[in-house]
Amino acid sequence: MSLYFLALLAAAVSGIPGLFLRRRGGEVAAGLLGLAAALGLGASLAVLSGGQVGSFALRTAALGAPGLLVFDPLAAFFAIPVLILSVCGAVYGLGYWEGRRGNTPLLRLVYGLLTAALLLLVAASHALTFLLAWEGMAIAAFVLVMAEDREAETRRAGWIYLAATHTGTLLLFAAFALLARVQGQAGFGALPAGLAASCVGTALFTLFLLGFGFKAGLFPLHLWLPPAHAAAPSHVSALMSGVLLKMGILGIARFLSWVPDPPPWWGGTLAAAGALSGILGVAFALGQHDLKRLLAYHSIENIGIILLGLGLGTLGKATGHPAMQALGYAGALLHVVNHSLFKGLLFLSAGSVLHATGTRDLERLGGLGRTMPWTSAAFLAGAWAICGLPPLNGFVSEWLIYLGAFRGLGLEPGLGWQGWPLVILVSLALIGALALACFAKAFGAVFLGLPRTETANHAPEAPRTMLLPMGLLALACLAIGVAPALFAPALGRAAGVLGGSPVGSPVGGEALTALAPLRMLTWAAAILGLLALLLGRWLRPAAPTPREGDLPTWDCGYAAADARMQYTASSLADGLVRGLRWVLRPVAHLPRVAGWFPRPARYESHVPDPALDRAAAPALQLVARGAGFLRVAQGGALPVYLLYVLLTLLALLVWMVA
Amino acid sequence: MLPDLLIALTMLSNFSLVATSRVSKAIQFAVLQGVLLGLMPLAMGLGRHFHIVLLAFAAVAVKGWFIPFLFRRALKQVHIQREVDPYIGYTVSLMLCALGTGLSLLLAHNLPLKPGTEYALMVPASLATLFTGFLLLVSRRKALTQVVGYLVLENGIYLFGLLLVEDMPALVEAGILLDLFVGIFVMGIVINHIRVAFDSTDTRHLAELKD
Repeated sequence: MSLYFLALLAAAVSGIPGLFLRRRGGEVAAGLLGLAAALGLGASLAVLSGGQVGSFALRTAALGAPGLLVFDPLAAFFAIPVLILSVCGAVYGLGYWEGRRGNTPLLRLVYGLLTAALLLLVAASHALTFLLAWEGMAIAAFVLVMAEDREAETRRAGWIYLAATHTGTLLLFAAFALLARVQGQAGFGALPAGLAASCVGTALFTLFLLGFGFKAGLFPLHLWLPPAHAAAPSHVSALMSGVLLKMGILGIARFLSWVPDPPPWWGGTLAAAGALSGILGVAFALGQHDLKRLLAYHSIENIGIILLGLGLGTLGKATGHPAMQALGYAGALLHVVNHSLFKGLLFLSAGSVLHATGTRDLERLGGLGRTMPWTSAAFLAGAWAICGLPPLNGFVSEWLIYLGAFRGLGLEPGLGWQGWPLVILVSLALIGALALACFAKAFGAVFLGLPRTETANHAPEAPRTMLLPMGLLALACLAIGVAPALFAPALGRAAGVLGGSPVGSPVGGEALTALAPLRMLTWAAAILGLLALLLGRWLRPAAPTPREGDLPTWDCGYAAADARMQYTASSLADGLVRGLRWVLRPVAHLPRVAGWFPRPARYESHVPDPALDRAAAPALQLVARGAGFLRVAQGGALPVYLLYVLLTLLALLVWMVA
Repeated sequence: MLPDLLIALTMLSNFSLVATSRVSKAIQFAVLQGVLLGLMPLAMGLGRHFHIVLLAFAAVAVKGWFIPFLFRRALKQVHIQREVDPYIGYTVSLMLCALGTGLSLLLAHNLPLKPGTEYALMVPASLATLFTGFLLLVSRRKALTQVVGYLVLENGIYLFGLLLVEDMPALVEAGILLDLFVGIFVMGIVINHIRVAFDSTDTRHLAELKD
C-alpha cells in the first residue's frame, strides 16, 4: 500500500516543478510520472501475484464506514493501463506539444493530477472517495480537452463533454445515495442476497449502467466522445480513450462484484448494450473522414466488446456456469488492458500524422508510409491488434469471449433466453469483420498509395520522444499476444474479484489456463510468424513501375498514375456505408451538373452522429428557445444580481420564521 | 455592558455608512466597524481562550490595518472621485437601512435560536449589518464602494459567528477571515481590470459583458 501511495504522490506532484522551472519542466514531469509508474506497477504486480491486499481507512463518525481505499486485484489490474498510458503520453507530449501556444505548465500539472485522480479512483472503496476521484478526473480531463481553446470546435467539444460527464455524475449520485440507503453506510461491500431481484436492485442496476455508460461511451450515451477525442491533444486522447472510458467499465465491474446473485436479464442487458455499442460504433467509424474521430468511434466499438464479455460473465454467474463466468469476465478485463494499449498506440500514431501534416482529414493524407516508416509500422501494429488478428493482444481477449460464448451454447439449465451466447458470437464476428474493413480504409488512406497533398508528400518522421512510447506500446501488444499464459494468473485473480471473491481467488478453483489453451497460442504465434516469413519470401514484391516505352499506347492511364486516380477513403468505404445507410444516414452534398460546360464542382459527404447531431443538439436547442423568456432576468448589472441574492436571503429568513 | 455598547456602536455605524457621501468616509466607517467587532470577543470576556484572543487580534489586524492599506492603495491607483455616486439617494438609503434594522429586530425575535444567549442585541445587530452590506452592494455604483459593501456584509456574518464562538472550532473562524481576504483581493484585481478595460471603475459598464 505504501508503494501505491508513493505512486499517487509522485503522479500528483509531477507537474509542480514545471511551474517554476524555466526549461526542462516536461522532462521532470515525465520523469516523475515514470517513477510513479515504476512504483505503481510494483504495487500492482505484488497484489496480482497473490500478495496481500492493502487498504486505507479513516476512523471518523462522519464517514459511516471507515474503509476509503482498497488496493485489491481489480484495482491493481485497472491501475496497470493508467500507469503505462500516462507515462507514455507524458513522454510523447515532450515532442508533440513542443512549441505550441497555450499554457504548457498548466497542462502538465493537470495531466499529473488526472493520473493521480485515476489512480485514486481505481482503489476507491467508499462512495466519498469514488465520487471525489470521479469528479477530479472529469474536471482535469475537461481542462485537457480545452487545451487548444482558441478554436471554436475545441470549445464546443469541451462544453459537450462537461455537460455529458455531469449528467452521468448526477445519475451516479442518485445510485450511490440509493446504495447507501440500502446498506446503511456508504462504504463498498457485498450486497445482501436477494436484493438484486427486487425493485431496488433493478433501480441500482439501471442507474449504474446509465451513469457509468455516459463515461464509458455506451452507444446512445456516447455523444461527447467523438468531438472530445478529436479536439484533445493526441496524447490526451490516448489517455482518455485508453483509460478514462475504462473507468466506466471499472464502475460497472465494481458493482457486479458486489452482487452475489445477479438475475440473468442483467447479463442479457449488458450483452445487448454491448452488441449495440459494438456494431453501431464500428459502423459509424466506417463513415468518418477524420482520423481521430474514426478512432473515437472505434473506442465505442471496443467498449461494446468489453460489455459483451461482462454480459457473458454475468450470465454465467447468474445461472451458475463458472467456466462461462470466468471466460467472460477474463475476456472483458483483458480487453480493457488490450484496448488501452492498442488504442493508445493508434492515437499516438494518429497524433504523429497530425503533428507532421497538420491535418486529420483522411482525404488529404496518403503515402505517408514512405516518409514515416516507424509511425506507419506502429499504426499497422495497432490496427492489427484492434481488428483482433493473431498474434497480437486483441485476438487473445476476443478469443476468450468467443470460447466462453461457445460454452454457453445449448447449456442446461437455461440462461433466461437461450439465444444470448449466439447473439454475443454473431455480434463479435460482425464487429471484427467491420473493424477490419474500417482499418483497411484508414491505414490504406493514410499510409499507402500516393500523397494527396503537398504536405503529405513531405511529412517528416516523428522525433524519438514520440516514437519511443509508440514502440513500447507496440511491444506490450505483442507480448500479451504471443505469451498470454504469462498473464493468465493475474487476469484470473482480477476476474475472481468480479466473481465476488475480495482477494480474487478464481471461481470454482479452476485456473484460466485450464479453461482456455492459452499456452497453445504461443506455438500458434510462432508457426504463424514462420509462415508469414516464408510467404513474404515467396511473394516477391511487385514489378517496378515500367518505363514509358514499354507500355501499350492506351493503358487506361496507368502509365502515369497520379494521386487523384487512387481510391479515396470515402470511395473505399462507400460500398459498406451505402449498405448500412439505413442506420448511418449519410448526408451528401451533390453538385448539380448543368449546361454543356459545367463549372468545377465539389462533392461532400459526412455521417452525422445520431445521438449528438440528430437527437441531443436539436432537443437542447428547443429547450434553449423555450427558456428565452428567462433572459429578462439576466440584465447584466451587478447590483441587480446582488439584489436577487438579497431577496432570496430575505425570503429564506421569512420562511424560517413563519 | 461593554458588548452591548459595542453592538450599539456597530448599529450606529451602519446608519453612518449608508448616509455618508464620501468614499473615504465610507471606508473609514467600515474599518471602524470591523475594529469594533474585532474587539467584541474580548469584551464578551472570552479572553481566557487563547485561540479566541488570537482570532480577535487577527481580525483587528486585518480589518484595522491590512484592509485600509489595500483601500488606500486602490484609491491612489484608480484616481477615484470622492463622491459615492449612489443609485438610491441618501435619505431613501437611510430609511431602507432603518427598515432593515427594524425587520431584523422582528426576525431575530422569532428565529428558532438556541435559548440562553446572553446578548439580546447580537442577532438583530448581525442581521441589520448584513442588510446594510447588501444595501450598499445593491445601491452603490463604484466598484470600490461595492467592496465596502462586501466588508460590511462580512462584518454581519462575523457578528453572527460570535454567537457560536465558544462551540465553533477555530477553523471556521479562520475560514471567514480567509474568505474576506480573498474577496478583497479578488475585488482589487477586478477593479483594476475594470479600469483597464473600460477606463473607469463604474460597474455599469459590466452590463456590456452579458451574453
